[in-house]
Amino acid sequence: MVSSFPLTLHPLRLTVFKMISGYLVTILITILIYAMLAHSLNIITGHAGQISLGHAAFFGIGAYTSAMLYTEAGFPFWISVPLAAVVAGTVGALLGIPCLRVRDDFLAITTMGINFVVEAIFLYIPFFGGAMGIGGINLPKWFGREMSKPEYFFLILVVFILLLLIDRQLGRSWVGLAWASIREDEQAAGPMGVDIVRFKVLAFILGSAIAGLAGGFYAHFLTFIMPQNFGFGQSIVILCMVVFGGIGTRWGPIVGAVILGIFPEISRPIMEYRILIYGVILLGMMRFQPGGLLGPDSILSKTFRRAVDRPSCLG
Amino acid sequence: MLWQQLANGIAIGSVYALISLGLTMVYGILRILHVAHAGIYALGAYVGLFSFRLIGNFWLSLFIGMAGAAVAGYLVERFLYTPLLHLPRIAPLIVSIGLFTALEEAFRIVAGPHTLAYNARVGLGDLSIGSFHLTETQILILFVTFAVLVFLWAFLTKTRTGLAMRACAQDPETTSSFGVNVSAIIAVNFLIGSAMAGAAGVLIGVYDNQVWPTMGSLPAYKALAIVVLGGLGNIPGTVLASIVVGLAETFFIGVLAIPFPRDAVAFVAMILVLMFKPYGLLGKA
Repeated sequence: MVSSFPLTLHPLRLTVFKMISGYLVTILITILIYAMLAHSLNIITGHAGQISLGHAAFFGIGAYTSAMLYTEAGFPFWISVPLAAVVAGTVGALLGIPCLRVRDDFLAITTMGINFVVEAIFLYIPFFGGAMGIGGINLPKWFGREMSKPEYFFLILVVFILLLLIDRQLGRSWVGLAWASIREDEQAAGPMGVDIVRFKVLAFILGSAIAGLAGGFYAHFLTFIMPQNFGFGQSIVILCMVVFGGIGTRWGPIVGAVILGIFPEISRPIMEYRILIYGVILLGMMRFQPGGLLGPDSILSKTFRRAVDRPSCLG
Repeated sequence: MLWQQLANGIAIGSVYALISLGLTMVYGILRILHVAHAGIYALGAYVGLFSFRLIGNFWLSLFIGMAGAAVAGYLVERFLYTPLLHLPRIAPLIVSIGLFTALEEAFRIVAGPHTLAYNARVGLGDLSIGSFHLTETQILILFVTFAVLVFLWAFLTKTRTGLAMRACAQDPETTSSFGVNVSAIIAVNFLIGSAMAGAAGVLIGVYDNQVWPTMGSLPAYKALAIVVLGGLGNIPGTVLASIVVGLAETFFIGVLAIPFPRDAVAFVAMILVLMFKPYGLLGKA
């Protein structure tokens, strides 16, 4: 009886099972895309120390590039998505150069302004589909058939792991050192021979390109995109993930993306108070654990360090 | 037609000025981007509206709205911002965004998601000269803004507290060594700035005849653009930038009918100006 169970699965049960796994895969892909976005913002804000409040603009530029190339020009997924990263990176460089004339809080507000302007362009220029957005984008094809969602999940996961490996190499190289020096003290970094503009722009290009890549993946996953998906609110969500997990740490933004990405799903029973709780969590986190969940001074890191240190104290 | 648009633009610019002034004062003294300032603005509108429903007198409700906003601003400063001042600037910014989100939701849950009418009789009457027409609420806005600006100017230039406040904005540590209670000055700064935001909330509530939970969303970010445009922390620059944005919105969208979202004008203006003057219209390096 038991051994024949998988073969005799009731059709109704099978649909329920498929529905649940479909739902699960959808959430997993969403979280993975958010993790990629949080990671890319972490390069700009965490590694190079440049506050950006408009990261969703580059996410949107990537998504729109990929969607337009796919639906209008007929490019396949495998070309349109890498091109989305290239275009977003290029725009990031073009906008990054004038942005870097301004500092700190001016930069924060300028990037925020860029987000509003980019969203307005998508919304008001008919070429980009206006408020109706762009539809008819499909999941990629391989081996002569359309990819299933679990397969798509693993594709994004592999790309993301590659990006993390590259990030680790960069962190160990001169680039990582230069970013750290700019982040800690820009005025001191310049006279020490660090080409500040070059490394800042590099951070902007990399961060924007990865966000564009995430945008491409997002467009093909959602199959339909609208300007509102890439508004300022989205930028804040991404920034919150980075800060929540621990700005500047390697795993923090990913942990932040997972926790804050799951939050809307597990908080369905308290729908009415969801956003209120979200705001309060954010506020409380920053007020009492400003380094984030995995930051150097957080309760978690301290507990972990104590647990690791204990044997050496005894010995 | 031209004069009419000019008056409309200045009336809108005046409200922007009332909101942005508090923001620029907070920035000037604490170097915090106070996004939740717009939450205080909406709070002022709600407090004003509910007190108006209880009392029935507009001027008294305006005053209570300002007082409510001032107290809320003070609490935010004491319990949220001051403990975070030693941290990187992104920490208070995120706290502010979290607070703003929570405030909007709290308004929705407490007062309901619908717009509420703020149907106040002010008792000023409309003004018409030929085709030129000012509504009662426009006159009210111009009058209150003018009164607030005169008060602020007198306070900052003629009183010792105002002098201490300007000194704090330049160098809090040195000011403290001269025997000024910096903590109290910061509190006064928040009280005044938040009261102005509360006044703006009540005025917009009466002008549009509605108060709604997310009424702060747009001002939250537009005011930041205006403050940056004027040169962060610069008070005359902020007033100038508010009027410029109010006029630009009215003229580009209202008169020339450019198919561009009205609310992106402030950001376009800001980005253009920052390209040539990285510290804003009247800002200094």
